[in-house]
Amino acid sequence: MARLLPAATCGTMLAALWIAFMVVPTEREMGIVQRIFYFHVSAFWAAYLGFFIVAGASARYLWTGSRAADRLAEAAAEIGILFCTVGLIMGSLWAKPIWGVWFTWDPRLTMTVILWSIYTSYIMLRAFGGEDDAVRRWAAVLGLIGVLDIPIIMVSVRLLRGIHPAVITQKEGGSGLVDPWMRIGLAVSSVAILLLAAWLIRLRAQSARLTEEVSVLRQEALARGGAA
Amino acid sequence: MADAAPPIRARGLARTFAGVPVVAGVDLTVAAGEALVLLGPNGAGKTTLLRMLALLVRPTAGELALFGTDGREAPPALRRRLGYVAHESLCYPDLSATENLAFYARLFGVDGAAARVAALLAWAGLEGTGRRPVRTFSRGMAQRLALARALLHEPDLLLLDEPWSALDPAAADALTERLVALRDAGRTIVLTTHDVARAAPLATRAAVLARGRIGWTGDGPIRDVAAVRAAYAAATGARV
Amino acid sequence: MHAALAILRKDLDIEWRTREGVSTVFVLAVMLLVVFAVAHDLPPDEAPALAPPVLWATFVLTGLLGVQRGFLLERENDCLAGLLTAPVDPASIYAGKLAANVVVLGAMQAVVVPLVGLFLHVDMVPALPGLVVVLLLGNVGFSALATLFAAVAVRTRAREVMLPLLLLPLVVPLLIGAVVATRTILADGLGAARDGLTVLAAFDVVFVVAGWLLFTYVVRD
Repeated sequence: MARLLPAATCGTMLAALWIAFMVVPTEREMGIVQRIFYFHVSAFWAAYLGFFIVAGASARYLWTGSRAADRLAEAAAEIGILFCTVGLIMGSLWAKPIWGVWFTWDPRLTMTVILWSIYTSYIMLRAFGGEDDAVRRWAAVLGLIGVLDIPIIMVSVRLLRGIHPAVITQKEGGSGLVDPWMRIGLAVSSVAILLLAAWLIRLRAQSARLTEEVSVLRQEALARGGAA
Repeated sequence: MADAAPPIRARGLARTFAGVPVVAGVDLTVAAGEALVLLGPNGAGKTTLLRMLALLVRPTAGELALFGTDGREAPPALRRRLGYVAHESLCYPDLSATENLAFYARLFGVDGAAARVAALLAWAGLEGTGRRPVRTFSRGMAQRLALARALLHEPDLLLLDEPWSALDPAAADALTERLVALRDAGRTIVLTTHDVARAAPLATRAAVLARGRIGWTGDGPIRDVAAVRAAYAAATGARV
Repeated sequence: MHAALAILRKDLDIEWRTREGVSTVFVLAVMLLVVFAVAHDLPPDEAPALAPPVLWATFVLTGLLGVQRGFLLERENDCLAGLLTAPVDPASIYAGKLAANVVVLGAMQAVVVPLVGLFLHVDMVPALPGLVVVLLLGNVGFSALATLFAAVAVRTRAREVMLPLLLLPLVVPLLIGAVVATRTILADGLGAARDGLTVLAAFDVVFVVAGWLLFTYVVRD
C-alpha cells in the first residue's frame, strides 16, 4: 500500500511528460514554450493544496494537540512553498519570451507572490521562533490566519491596475485549449504533480517523525545513563 | 465553609519543555488549612510545578484537581479561589501601587474595591507610596505589593514562588509574620523555597522536590531543622 | 467585557503616564514621512498622487513598532501571568489590547494625515469625513492582526524582526484596499470608494473575529 503512491506518481509523471512533449500539438501563437503551461499550472495546484493542508492540519493540531497533525502542517508548508517557487520560476521562463518581461504586477501574479510570502513567514516562524513548544501553536494560528486571508487577497488584487491591459487571460490558455489532447495533458500533469506533492509531503512528515523519535531516545538515554 | 474536595489533588503531574522533562511525575494532595512548603534547589522544577498549580501552565501528563474541579477546564470561578505570587511582582512598573491594585480589583470583580485596596495597602505597609510608580519600589516593598495583589479577592489557596528570595532579614521576617497570620486565619498555602530555616515557623508539612520529582515528604511541621536539612541533602544529592 | 475595558483603561493610563509609546510613535511617523517625501521629491502638481501610498506605508511601519510595545509592557514583571491567573477570558485580553492599539494608532493617524497634506500638497479637508472612515477601517484591520501576532513576536528571540515578517504579507490586501479607497476618496469622494471600503470591512470583520477566537491559543501555555 505504501508503495502505491510512489508508483502512481512515477507512472502519471511519465505519462504527463510524454503527453506534454510528444503528443500535444505545438500551440500556434506561443510555440514550444507554451508546453511549460502543463506543469506551471499544476505546480500552483500543488501550492494551493499544500496551503489548505497546512490550514486543516493546523486546525486539527489546535483542537486535538496531535503532533502528527503538526508535522503534517510543517511538511505541507515546506513542499507547498517549493511548488510555489517552482511555479513562479516557470512562469518567469514562460513570460520572458512571450510578454518580454520576467515579471509583472498583474492580479494573479500579485496574489501568488503574497501567498509565497505568507508561506515564507510561516517557515521563518518555525525556524526562528525559538525552542518553546508554543511555536507549534503559533505556527498553527498563522496557518489558519493565512488561509482566511486568501479570499480577501483574491478580492483585493482585482482592485489593482484596473486600467492595465489584462495580459493574464492568455496565460491560462483560456482561449487556447483547442485540441482535446491539451485538456488531457493538463489533467494528467495536474494529477502527476499533485501525486508528487503528496508523496513529498508524506516523506517530509515521516522524516520529521523520525527526527522527533531520535530526539526522545536521546533524552531517555541521557536521563538513564548520565553519560551519553 | 468546608469543602469536600481538597484544595489540591495532583496525580502524576508532568511537564516537558522542548523535550526536557522539567516536572517528571508529582503526586500531591494538600488539605484545607495546610501550609505546604516545597523545598528544592534551582532547576528542581519548583516554579514550573507552582505554575501548573496556578493553572498558568498546562501539564503534559497527569491530573490536577483544585477544589474538586479539573484543572484543564479552569473556569473563572476556580481562578477566583487562587492567589499567585511569582518571582516577579506581576505589577505594572509605571503605575502606582494603588492603580495596580485597583486594576486587579476590577479584573477579579472585587466588591467595594476602593475600600479593599486601601485596606490591603495599609496591611502591606504601602499606604504612604501615593503616586510613586512601582518601578521605584525596593524589593521588599514589591514583594509585599505582590502579596497584597494576590489577596485582593480573598483566595482560599495561596501559591507563592520563593517569596523570601532577595529580601533582607527584616523584610523576610515581616513577610513570614504575615504568612503565618494568613495560615492561622485558615487559608491554604503552598510555597516553594530552598531556605529550610525560614520555612520552619510557617510549614505544617514539608516536601523536597528534586529533578522534577518529590524525593522526600515529611509527616508534619518542621520541628527539627537539621533533620529536614539532612533529608533535603539526601534527596537532592543522591540519584533519584 | 468589563475586563476588556479595564485592560484598555490600564493601557491608556500607562501610555498617558509615560507618554513614551505615543511620543516615539508620533516622532517616528513624522520622520518616515519626511524620508518618503524627500526621497520622491516631486513637484507640487505631481506630489498628491503619492499621498495615499505614503500615508499607509507610514501607518503600517509605525504601527508595527507601536503594537510591539503593548506586549512588551506585559512582559515586564511577568504581568501577563497576572492577567492569565485572573478570572478573565483571553479573548477579553485580546479585545482590551486591540482597543488600546486602535486608540494609539488612531492618535498617530491624526498627526500623520495633516502632515501628509502639508508635505505632499494635498488638501485633505474636503475629503475629511470619507478619510475618517477609511482611516478607521484600516486601523482596526491592521490592529486586529497586529495585536494577535505581537503577542507571538514578543516571545520569540528574533523579536524585532518577527512581527514585520509575520504581519506584512498578511496585511497586503488591507494595504491595497486602503490605498485604493484613499485615492478614490481624495479624488471622487466617499461614495465612489465602495470597492476598497468593502475589502477593508471584510478584512476587519474576518480578522477581529479570528483574533478573538485564536488569541487564547497564542497566549496560553
